[in-house]
Amino acid sequence: MMWQQIKSNQMRSAVLVAGMLALLALIGYFIGLAFFDNGVAGLVIAIIIWMVMNLVAYFQGDGILLGLAKARKIEKEDHPRLYNVVEEMKIASGLENMPDIYIIDDPALNAFATGRDPKRASVAITSGLLQKLNRDELQGVIAHEMAHIKNRDVMLMTFCSILLGTIVILSWYATHLLFFSSMTGGRRSSSGGGGGAQLIILAVGLLLMILAPIFAQLIYFAVSRKREYLADASGALYTRYPEGLASALEKIGASTYELKSANKATAPMYISNPFRKKGMAASDLSSTHPPLSERIRILRSMAGGASFAEYDAAYMKVHGKGGHVISENAMAGVGAVGLRPASSEGALAEPTKVERTREVSDLMWRKNEYRTIDCDCGTRLRIPPKMKATKVRCPHCGRIHQL
Amino acid sequence: MIALWVVLGLIVVLGIFFVLNYNSLVALRNQMRNAWAQIDVQLKRRHDLIPNLVETVKGYAAYERETLEAVTNARNLAVGAVGKGVGAQSQAEMQLSGALSKLLAVVENYPDLKANQNFLALQEELTSTENKISFSRQYYNDSVLGYNNKTQMFPSNIVASMTGFKQGEFFEVESEAERAVPKVSFTQ
Repeated sequence: MMWQQIKSNQMRSAVLVAGMLALLALIGYFIGLAFFDNGVAGLVIAIIIWMVMNLVAYFQGDGILLGLAKARKIEKEDHPRLYNVVEEMKIASGLENMPDIYIIDDPALNAFATGRDPKRASVAITSGLLQKLNRDELQGVIAHEMAHIKNRDVMLMTFCSILLGTIVILSWYATHLLFFSSMTGGRRSSSGGGGGAQLIILAVGLLLMILAPIFAQLIYFAVSRKREYLADASGALYTRYPEGLASALEKIGASTYELKSANKATAPMYISNPFRKKGMAASDLSSTHPPLSERIRILRSMAGGASFAEYDAAYMKVHGKGGHVISENAMAGVGAVGLRPASSEGALAEPTKVERTREVSDLMWRKNEYRTIDCDCGTRLRIPPKMKATKVRCPHCGRIHQL
Repeated sequence: MIALWVVLGLIVVLGIFFVLNYNSLVALRNQMRNAWAQIDVQLKRRHDLIPNLVETVKGYAAYERETLEAVTNARNLAVGAVGKGVGAQSQAEMQLSGALSKLLAVVENYPDLKANQNFLALQEELTSTENKISFSRQYYNDSVLGYNNKTQMFPSNIVASMTGFKQGEFFEVESEAERAVPKVSFTQ
């Protein structure tokens, strides 16, 4: 049934995560062998470091992520349309609690979801994206983020990124320590017999530590790409309108701004890869997201309906070769799901691009605690919060305003 | 002795099967009821918004008395239909939707009204409430489908019929004639 979690996809993710865990264990073991002559001790140290990082992420994760992205929380009065769209998608996805909404003051076009469980989640969107999208497109983007929350991708990706981070940190320190200790003249070369065996272990360990972070990263990206397709499919299902998300992705793809506040570890949380480069190959292993053009083509090939089965068929049509992106049992017993028409333009006046831009810039000024004075000549004055003067002169017509 | 253990084992297995199926039926039925409550919340919200909307429009478009009255009447009917069952309520709400969209089409002829901040805010709320109604209906129908599947499909249908789980009713938007056709035929 469609509202249940997608089991075989979870299975695949679980296998990949297990692979990363095995890498971490191997690294810990070799570090132990190399430094303490005891593999188990290294294993224990690796696991302790990993656990501590997990605890921090569990209790602070969303706060750290939102803080890194310089996101600001908004209420309904700040931007009623955004709040309403989020609430609509909360209802469509059957999420229990309303997620918090954050805005990132950045012209780049991106959005992400965070939170350790569906009950305490947040969605964040850049001011650039909020300006650019009409209501249907905004709905598509929010539906995609809601799907990440609903499918528990946020938790999975946080878990994976911590695992990746631990592997990277451990192998970085271990290779450097090994390198320096061999520079200062082989330590403990006299410790018992079997110097040759130890050398081999060291060599294998060194190789492992160089390769592990790369493997871990590839696994991490593979998990991430799978979840992106699934979130797109769920987004189409929630809105019953794949074109909304497709057209939003098109706008995102056309933008050349890079998101300043993103980093490699947080990249999979965003709706599109913040570090994407032009002309990236379609099956690039080192990418957190499937190429935008491909995601758009899949969504636009969903001619007959909005169900998972329809998305899967579209995926296979675009990809040419076999292989489902969504498991059989997620598609079973659902039947046809109809599409809805685009929101009627005109009758329910949609704000124009200029109005949307003004709306968002007003919001950002307010969030930065600027005061606004509308001068009689039509000029709008923005008063910074730290201004001490009691009067201000309109630069356009010269009228004096009391503060 | 062995026969006794086999019988005991069978009873335990059957018991576990029964409990698991019963619990998931209850969970699905609760989800369905919850989804229905969501629709009610949104319908109530729409009922609350309409007097405000009518007042605002009146100030600018007094000539449209008929349209305004139609909306008010449809709203009162819809408020009256609350709690009278899924069929009656969806019928009344459909009429209200029709009257509202007529009103919002008429508003096009009044540029002053369209520029009114109060009206714009109301319009945003109304648009979104309409969306929320249709999304909560969508989720409700999906929940009904999931629940009905569970009550009809083997083996959970045995537990369902033993413990008296009834079929859920879909919230239809189609015409009366279409509603007569059973909607559960694609579950096989």
